[in-house]
Amino acid sequence: MIILVGTNITEAHPVAGTFVKDAVLAGAKLIVIDPRRTEMADFAHMFIQLKVGSDVALINALMNVLISENLYDKKYVDSCTEGFEELKKKVMEYTPEKAAEISGIPADTIRELARTMASIKPAMLMYTLGITEHICGVNNVMSCANLQMLLGNVGVEFGGVNPQRGQNNVQGACDMGALPNVFPGYQQVANAEARAKFEKAWNVKSLPDKPGMMMPTMMKNLTTGKVKGFYVFGENLANTEPDIKQVEHELQSAEFLVCQDIFPTETTRFAHVILPAAAWSENDGTFASSERRVNRVRTASVPPGDAKPNWWIFKELAKRFGHEWASNSAQEIWDNEVSVLAPSMAGIKYARLENDGLQWPCPNADHPGTPTLHKGGKFTRGLGMLKAIDYIPPAEVPDKEYPFVLSTGRRLYHYHTRTQTGRSEGINDLLGEETADISVQDAMANGIADGEMILVKSRRGEVKVKARVTRQVPEGLVWMAFHFREACANWLTNPVYDPVTQTAEYKACAVRIDRLT
Amino acid sequence: MSDTFFLNGKETPFKPGQMILDAARNGGIEIPTLCYLKGAAPTGACRVCCVEVKGARSLMASCSTPVTAGMEVFTDTELVHRSRKMIVEFMLASGRHNCLMCEANGNCRLQDLAYFYKITKLQFPEKEISDIYPTEDENPLIVRDFSRCILCGRCVQACNELVVNRAISQGYRGAESKIVTGGDLPYHESECVFCGQCVEVCPVGALTEKKAKGLGRPWEVTKIRTTCPYCGVGCQQWLHVKDGKIVKVTAVEDAEPNKGRLCVKGRFAYDFIYSEDRLKTPLIREKNGEFREASWDEALDLVATKFKEIIKKDGPDAIAGVSCARSINEDSYQMQKFFRAVIGTNNIDHCART
Repeated sequence: MIILVGTNITEAHPVAGTFVKDAVLAGAKLIVIDPRRTEMADFAHMFIQLKVGSDVALINALMNVLISENLYDKKYVDSCTEGFEELKKKVMEYTPEKAAEISGIPADTIRELARTMASIKPAMLMYTLGITEHICGVNNVMSCANLQMLLGNVGVEFGGVNPQRGQNNVQGACDMGALPNVFPGYQQVANAEARAKFEKAWNVKSLPDKPGMMMPTMMKNLTTGKVKGFYVFGENLANTEPDIKQVEHELQSAEFLVCQDIFPTETTRFAHVILPAAAWSENDGTFASSERRVNRVRTASVPPGDAKPNWWIFKELAKRFGHEWASNSAQEIWDNEVSVLAPSMAGIKYARLENDGLQWPCPNADHPGTPTLHKGGKFTRGLGMLKAIDYIPPAEVPDKEYPFVLSTGRRLYHYHTRTQTGRSEGINDLLGEETADISVQDAMANGIADGEMILVKSRRGEVKVKARVTRQVPEGLVWMAFHFREACANWLTNPVYDPVTQTAEYKACAVRIDRLT
Repeated sequence: MSDTFFLNGKETPFKPGQMILDAARNGGIEIPTLCYLKGAAPTGACRVCCVEVKGARSLMASCSTPVTAGMEVFTDTELVHRSRKMIVEFMLASGRHNCLMCEANGNCRLQDLAYFYKITKLQFPEKEISDIYPTEDENPLIVRDFSRCILCGRCVQACNELVVNRAISQGYRGAESKIVTGGDLPYHESECVFCGQCVEVCPVGALTEKKAKGLGRPWEVTKIRTTCPYCGVGCQQWLHVKDGKIVKVTAVEDAEPNKGRLCVKGRFAYDFIYSEDRLKTPLIREKNGEFREASWDEALDLVATKFKEIIKKDGPDAIAGVSCARSINEDSYQMQKFFRAVIGTNNIDHCART
């Protein structure tokens, strides 16, 4: 059985989606939970079209049924987890009737869904940004984990809680320690032993021990003056972050902004120095995929003009501060530094990556890699933590002035701000402009025709955009992407964040839609 | 006599339910195929895999005939070869298989078979040009040349059984047969999502990549394996490279995790790297707001000087940086190392959270 929550897999991860469809054709049960009727809903045995942001309430009610009807995996819960009593107490507050009010899913459907989930093992849960891009993103993820642990589905092949990573190397950037609190391999910067190890390896007297700022804090601090120098490597923040007007003000406020990229972007306009970088297929290296698989990337072309590999640029900069770094290729960096310093990747060397790569943890040279984490219900922290979680609504909910929910994401043909797909011949012909996707009911109620230009307005901005009337979207919802600058959803989105991760609530804000004529 | 059969007289094991084709290949005997597609239900459409089975009234399609215990199969008889050759001759006459002008020249199973059977002239009258459906060249990415289509149906199977996009099917009947989308519309007006799996499995030149047209013959290109630069699935690709330029991208068959599949972005959105818009030299913004070209030394010296000034005045935590989730691991490693070991701050992050 496969459970898809908040993931439009056929558009955002199309090839993974083909395997889910294959599984359904081969007899697997599929449950799709999403506010939009995504393509995958057509393959689902149960399609649960919940209201935007009501995930915690729904999942709590599912667990309520699992516990009340004694359908959960008691053996697994007893031997592999802790926190059950607190969880039970909390979810008992979430009757299917209560969750029905919040989520819009009838109480009996919630009961049927819980019973279905308990009837088949193992079940694999996959989620994407529909779960994380909320002010309660962490709670949503933990709720998914609660549910899967209660069902005894964590630590088994074809089970687990599986985030589909959005970008090709978002997993790898985390693994490499491009995070304010950890060194490569998730070793805490606050840990003195870890620091000592890296100080020795990097030949420095001391390393900072306090976790640094997360990106939204960095950007906010560009306007307070707390951050003066800002280095943006391969990000088009001026289009990707919520509330573009505010973001551009922040970028404008930087005392010194360095942009390192392959194209001029809306962000590089604010730079003081732009450094031209080599792109994908212009140097050797590795990516890490959603399944923690480290794979090779190889050189096919030479970079244009004076563009240089990114690793070279950082090495050259370090030299200007008196740091001589020995590694002189991506392979030397990986083989001599990353794999030496990150125990979970110690067994991964370029020589072992010739074919299908390796999935970390891979602690030594003979280790075959680890496709499934927490095998046998043995968690990194020992017992799996069940956590009592309360539902909270999105930060901005519809009202009289802004009566619609705006939710955002990505479409099949383009990638993010189109710096790449927009410059690949033929792709713009398949999708040449942004649309605001609205329901048939709302189109009729507001007299909006399919293809008509409308105004979508939030408290932060407004865009003129073509309406796309579609049965994918339920009444009350407007759905947009952020591929095209003029009608980018981020002129409208709300810069509010999950308190733990500072992930922005791209999936919910309030807007109004108006006809232009 | 359980679970063995006789392959060209030699006792050979098979698994119950296995087709003659698979069992023969396991037994080391190669049988040519055109329509057979691994992972999809066998259709027996092209008949080129025909074999003799003792006791059978006619030749059998080995891809869709299950082996039975004691079955005597012959793959290399005069009758088998005569039949296969005739099938190929029929196919050659069914359209315009003029290899010189075909994008699949050198990568075509029909061409391989015509060569193998030493076919030098057409045995049957060619189909009239007026009876051949016109080529669909109007969608932006895939050329559908019906004059080269042998109706093997692999594209239909790939679309419906592998990637399950359900965009194409067998249409019309008899001599009118055509692979069609719903309503027989061109790809870009249909349910097609341009994953290009149909192109990937087409054994001839009926479906080809429009962007690759004329850029390189199969024997001129080097295939380089790499990982797709788009989403987090990590699909394995073959870059077909000629003179240092990617001319086409195909999927690596049997590779994890994509097992020979790609999507529209992985297959077709590779040429952005050759865009004229690329940044080619360091740029420094002048006081008037305009950017001017600079050398690496000048640009890097400026960054270092400015950062040193900031560190001196406001401390290392007044500098912050975001790394790139699109670029390679080693680049992110270098950047966090630069921030921690050189600048002296943990203000390093990337877009995973936003």
